[in-house]
Amino acid sequence: MKSRRMFTSVIGMVALALAATGCGGGGGGAAAEYPQKRIDYVLPFDAGGESDITARLQQEKLSEILGQTVNVSYKPGGGGALGWSELTRTAPDGYTIMGSNLPHIILQPMLRGDAGYTTEDLKQVYIFQSTPNVLLVPADSDIQTLDDFIAAAEENPGAISVGGSGDFTANHIGTLMLSDMAGIDLTYTPFSGTGTAVPALLGGHVDALMSYTPQISQLGDQVRAIAVATEERMESFPDVPTFAEQGYDLVDGAYRGVSVPKETPDEIVQTLADAFQEVNEDPELIKAFEEQGFVLENYGPDEAAALTEERTAVYEDLLTRLGMVP
Amino acid sequence: MFEALGQGLLANLAPSMLLLVLIGTLSGMALGAMPGLSATMGVALLVPFTFAMDPTPGLVLLGAFYMGAIYGGAFTAILVNAPGTPSSIATALDGYPLTRQGRSEYAIVGATMGSFVGGIIGVVALIFLAPPLASFSLRFGPQEYFWVAMFGLTIIASLASGSLLKGLIGGLIGLLIATIGIAPVGGDVRFTFGDPMLQGGVPLVPALIGLFTVPEVIRLIALRTRDAQMADDNGKKAGLFGMVKDILGRPVNLLRSSLIGTAVGILPGAGGSVANLVAYNEAKRASKHPETFGKGEIDGVIASESANNGTVGGGFIPTLTLGVPGTPPDAIILGVLLLHGLRPGAELFETSGTLVYTFILALAVSAIMMVPVGLIAGRGLQRGVMALPVRYLAPSITVLSIIGAYAIRSSVFDVFIMLALGIVAYLLQRVGIGGAAIVLGLVLGSIAETGLVQGILTSSGADMPWTTFFTRPISLILIAMCLISAVWPMVQKRRARKNLPEAAPAVAADRAEND
Repeated sequence: MKSRRMFTSVIGMVALALAATGCGGGGGGAAAEYPQKRIDYVLPFDAGGESDITARLQQEKLSEILGQTVNVSYKPGGGGALGWSELTRTAPDGYTIMGSNLPHIILQPMLRGDAGYTTEDLKQVYIFQSTPNVLLVPADSDIQTLDDFIAAAEENPGAISVGGSGDFTANHIGTLMLSDMAGIDLTYTPFSGTGTAVPALLGGHVDALMSYTPQISQLGDQVRAIAVATEERMESFPDVPTFAEQGYDLVDGAYRGVSVPKETPDEIVQTLADAFQEVNEDPELIKAFEEQGFVLENYGPDEAAALTEERTAVYEDLLTRLGMVP
Repeated sequence: MFEALGQGLLANLAPSMLLLVLIGTLSGMALGAMPGLSATMGVALLVPFTFAMDPTPGLVLLGAFYMGAIYGGAFTAILVNAPGTPSSIATALDGYPLTRQGRSEYAIVGATMGSFVGGIIGVVALIFLAPPLASFSLRFGPQEYFWVAMFGLTIIASLASGSLLKGLIGGLIGLLIATIGIAPVGGDVRFTFGDPMLQGGVPLVPALIGLFTVPEVIRLIALRTRDAQMADDNGKKAGLFGMVKDILGRPVNLLRSSLIGTAVGILPGAGGSVANLVAYNEAKRASKHPETFGKGEIDGVIASESANNGTVGGGFIPTLTLGVPGTPPDAIILGVLLLHGLRPGAELFETSGTLVYTFILALAVSAIMMVPVGLIAGRGLQRGVMALPVRYLAPSITVLSIIGAYAIRSSVFDVFIMLALGIVAYLLQRVGIGGAAIVLGLVLGSIAETGLVQGILTSSGADMPWTTFFTRPISLILIAMCLISAVWPMVQKRRARKNLPEAAPAVAADRAEND
């Protein structure tokens, strides 16, 4: 461990030196020399959540690759909307990058009327991680399988309460998608983040939790995971069945990436995207992601835009049918 | 467990570890003393520095820093009426009046000893009672959080023993401000007047600075004499030893407030900002002379500070046993644990027992270190502030306030919120509506709203969901506590009148009316 740290810090210093000499050389366009100063990596959420843990895992590697300090800070409020609306008013110079989540940046502008930004205002640089939805019940619940859960919901329409992290989040839309596919009536209760939703499940105040996969390992034997919203079973959780294999084609979750203002020059976006891609190839980060229950994703700027478009269509269709789009 | 506890104790006695705890405590205190720089933010800023360390010293440093930051909030609350963190709101209520009487040193000593006792009691609960307390905390659902918030609001009755009506008006203003922004449940956008910055609501820390500190700055500026200084009679009455003895001679208050702090800290979603207010209220209720509260009563300072440092140990109970952060800084420390591959739960105490107990005991060591550090550095700071003429002091506080309001979200908008609320608060004070009731409404409004709506949603299986607010056992206990708390100040007042028929009825706890 020690020698590796030494090694990485040497690499960091070499990178810094290279960057310094690069600056000294002069000439070239402004974008070609990017980055020349500290980069602010802003999270529009409180510290301590999944986005924060991810950023902390990336921070050191990013600094090494970009040759500049990367500083993580927080601008929470409005489920992320406050930060994203401010990003649209930030200088498009690549020195402020902000964590951005799907489906949040799709659903807030779609459902909130005036969210202070539109999905297209944000230029997604890279999507590097996702946490699929997982349906959890307390370990002592009678519900053993997804079929049990759906049967219970059919028996008592509207009486089964499902907690989740906030409004217009992946947990929220996942609950709506499940209700829609199974033709059941669930009551979704939003909590302010996963942190307050979990005790509501453990204390039996909600019947189930639509949450993210890291909670499976974090909560251990206090909960039972009855279905995960991935295409195939996850390697980290081979015993947890998917929704699909239990008859419901639900594949969804929160995708985490970074965005910059849409006017940012393409070269800068590419430099950043390459850096995040390189971070994602680091074996240590890959191992840490796996331990956390995160799924590694590699969506460059174009792929991220395509994914966003595809998800937007799915959500718009569902929410229009539910009468939720204003 | 005891083996790991012993190893943890040994690890803490190593000089390098003691030095680390000292550095953590000191830097935490310094940061906590800056208005606006909250413990949460400080801990988040410190995290990258701990990456270069092994897990144990990294966590120890974070823990000591957290403990110190909660304590540091007391300094500015006492000296310049600027609660450095939301955990020190109630400290300002009596700490600043003490300063104005020239007894700031006494208040600092009270805060220090209170923080020490609170910190230790929280840690003791964490070591010996974590599993049962954590499982009890899970029985608090949305309904119970609603009643906890209601209980908090009854404090208005005791804060405003002068005029209940004015107190209620203040509380309502606070509740109204709390409705600005995106609804905590349902996500509707409310009262933003088209400004996206208001989607996040009125942030608590800039509001605190605005409501408490700005009116005082205006008052200081309005002082006539150019070389006016804050009064300082210290040293004339009792020496340091006498003051410490006096504070420790109030064991019931120290113990009660520490236990309240520990208990509230265990509840995720309440935390230090609620604990200090509840403890203050209980100290006032238990007091033989409640009319002195709000006018410079040392018991108020002790209660608030014991409680907020009690939340440190209490908050780690659900964090370490369930993986549910008890307070916002706990969320960050939980993140660090996870980054090191340490999963909270009963297993953590077995597989990494030495690390866990080293960390827990470091919190206790930090609490112990606060005593000499606080009594030396804290009193030094106090002398410095007191020696400063008002013409330097007022602009210094203003600058600190602006930095504090800006820092929390790096937002100029928050500075304007602070200044606007400050001017409003100054005007309201002149008609006898104090800032404390407004802050109560603001802090508790969203907790109450969230509990109410979530309670109705989660019990949608019942015929009449709202009845669940009156049928759950813990809810019933909380309702009884609300009733007692609301009625008690009136009983107290009547009793005081009966005992002292010749004395004037207790007037105006509002400081503005004493001006």
